[in-house]
Amino acid sequence: MIEKALHGSSKYWAWLAFLGVLIALGGACYLYQLKHGLGITGMSRDVSWGVYIAQFTYLVGVAAGAVMLVIPELLHRYHTYEKVVVFGEFLAIAAVTMCLLFIVVDIGQPARLFNVLLHPTPNSILFWDMIVLNGYLLINIIVGYNTLLSNYKRVPVPKWVKFFAYVSIPWAFSIHTVTAFLYCGLPGRHSWLTAIMAPRFLASAFAAGPALLIILLLIVRKVSKFDPGDRALQSIAKTVCYAMIANLFFVALELFTAFYSNIPGHMHGLKYLFWGLKEHGHLYDQLVPWMRSAMLLGLVGIGILLIPPLRRQTKFLVIACAAIVYSTWADKGVGLVIGGFVPNPFEEVMEYHPTFPEISIAIGIWAVGAFILTVLYKVAIAVREQELS
Amino acid sequence: MGIDRRKFLKIAGVSSLVTLGGGASLLALNSPAGASHGEVEHHAEGEEVKAPEKGVKRWGMVIDMRKCSEHKDCTKCIDACHYVHNVPHFENRKEEVKWIWKEEYEKAFTDIGTLHKYNPKEIVEEKFLCLCNHCDHPPCVRVCPTKATFRRPDGIVAMDYHRCIGCRFCMAACPYGSRSFNWKDPRLGLRGRKLNPEFPTRMRGVVEKCNFCVERLAQGLKPACVEACPDGVLVFGDLNDPDSEIRKVLAENYTVRRKPELGTAPSVFYII
Repeated sequence: MIEKALHGSSKYWAWLAFLGVLIALGGACYLYQLKHGLGITGMSRDVSWGVYIAQFTYLVGVAAGAVMLVIPELLHRYHTYEKVVVFGEFLAIAAVTMCLLFIVVDIGQPARLFNVLLHPTPNSILFWDMIVLNGYLLINIIVGYNTLLSNYKRVPVPKWVKFFAYVSIPWAFSIHTVTAFLYCGLPGRHSWLTAIMAPRFLASAFAAGPALLIILLLIVRKVSKFDPGDRALQSIAKTVCYAMIANLFFVALELFTAFYSNIPGHMHGLKYLFWGLKEHGHLYDQLVPWMRSAMLLGLVGIGILLIPPLRRQTKFLVIACAAIVYSTWADKGVGLVIGGFVPNPFEEVMEYHPTFPEISIAIGIWAVGAFILTVLYKVAIAVREQELS
Repeated sequence: MGIDRRKFLKIAGVSSLVTLGGGASLLALNSPAGASHGEVEHHAEGEEVKAPEKGVKRWGMVIDMRKCSEHKDCTKCIDACHYVHNVPHFENRKEEVKWIWKEEYEKAFTDIGTLHKYNPKEIVEEKFLCLCNHCDHPPCVRVCPTKATFRRPDGIVAMDYHRCIGCRFCMAACPYGSRSFNWKDPRLGLRGRKLNPEFPTRMRGVVEKCNFCVERLAQGLKPACVEACPDGVLVFGDLNDPDSEIRKVLAENYTVRRKPELGTAPSVFYII
């Protein structure tokens, strides 16, 4: 079945070659980082996590989003998703792989990575994050691959595979809950110290993952004979809409608690993100455009998805999903992590500016994810096309 | 319809066991030292790790700012520390590594209770020495995924530079900004400087911070900063020993600590 990935049009190969170039560029920059250390990035004593950990956090959400298809299919027997679920699982595989790579490139001594296993430390949330992420990757490989293989061989999906599919449901919730715990259990980082972090992460994940999936499925429809079906796409779109409303509602709750209580520590982080902080007469507001556009486009996305005649038009559906993907990415992949370090523990504003090699490495990892996704989707499409014939 | 007494007690017993078990495991997760929280009296500042055993030391430090502020430009303690530990110096603030340094009052004490605009001018303009607080409940130790940073029985929060993977979770967790990362090869920041061959330099990609001069304490010496200060600003000693000098100073002066509301229980005290 895997060999299907080796037969493709020239466009397919050109796309993979393009991704290969990006991967090579990122790889070269990573070698540079290995030689000179993380000093080549924009990270500092004050903002000690940057683009890498931010992308990691966002992609954990994308990976968890796949469960929004598994639940209806498995628990509610909503068979409209039957042929589509595997695309969600493959998206999860690509996303978790990117997550793990982003952790590896962020580490100062990558050769010592296995110290996490040699000296297991259950009181560290990072230890649990390692377990849930690797477990989720494994589960999705098992379920995705074997489901597709059964389809390919035209036999029913074995029961043991179903077992892992059921396990994947709570597991998906766990990956993003544990990732939220990385942040929300730290004293002294006011913008992260909020009990609503995990639910907000989940809400934004269940919007981001499925929204990205809709765009991918529309591309699949365009480049292949397999049609995921309007009914499936519209159902996913409704899920995206609900989740995004919950996400923005949670943002509003954060704002209310911080500003109505009027506790400076709670307000500073949000002020920095949405209005900028003034220090020594200078207004530090580089994240403001990102955060405001994120909120605005999030509302635009919800608006379109709430109006059925608009949602049913592919053009508007794409706009809505793209807006929500951007919104959730800017919120989590830019604002949340970097904003959490500003102001620093001395109430000083130290801004963070990612460098060229840092961004190249991040793009390289995204390209790895796109590469994996393309190859997996190629196989899935081949199997679906074979079913049609 | 009815639950008899026996059945009720059974259910109540089992469910309270489950609740206690769950709660206890959560608390255990929260405290690597394995303190049993249930036995300790409620206290606004958080509980003590455990009652001191006889002969067990608990190192602590008092910084007397009344004396320190008389010598505004003095950096003797900082120089001594950074020499003894080969702490690199980088001009670019982004790459900064520091173990002990001076910070303005409102930056060192961000807990709002001590901040207001009517504070005496000399206090507001004073520069306060900042270093690792060697907390009783160190968040850095709680989050470290490899036990590369750990709390010794004498209260010192130490680092194993050979085990640290450089994930910088401890830097995110430390509420005092006491930790530095080696963004570059630290030897680049040591060029042209007298080195101390007794203490190793670090490699890039690991986190470092004040170690309360654990290597000097082992030899019966005082920390380098304490020894270097000619004005008796720094008092170092065993907090568990009621007859120690530090306990005397703490008993005779009103002292504050940085961000006590976070429950980390720092062992560095300031006389304002």
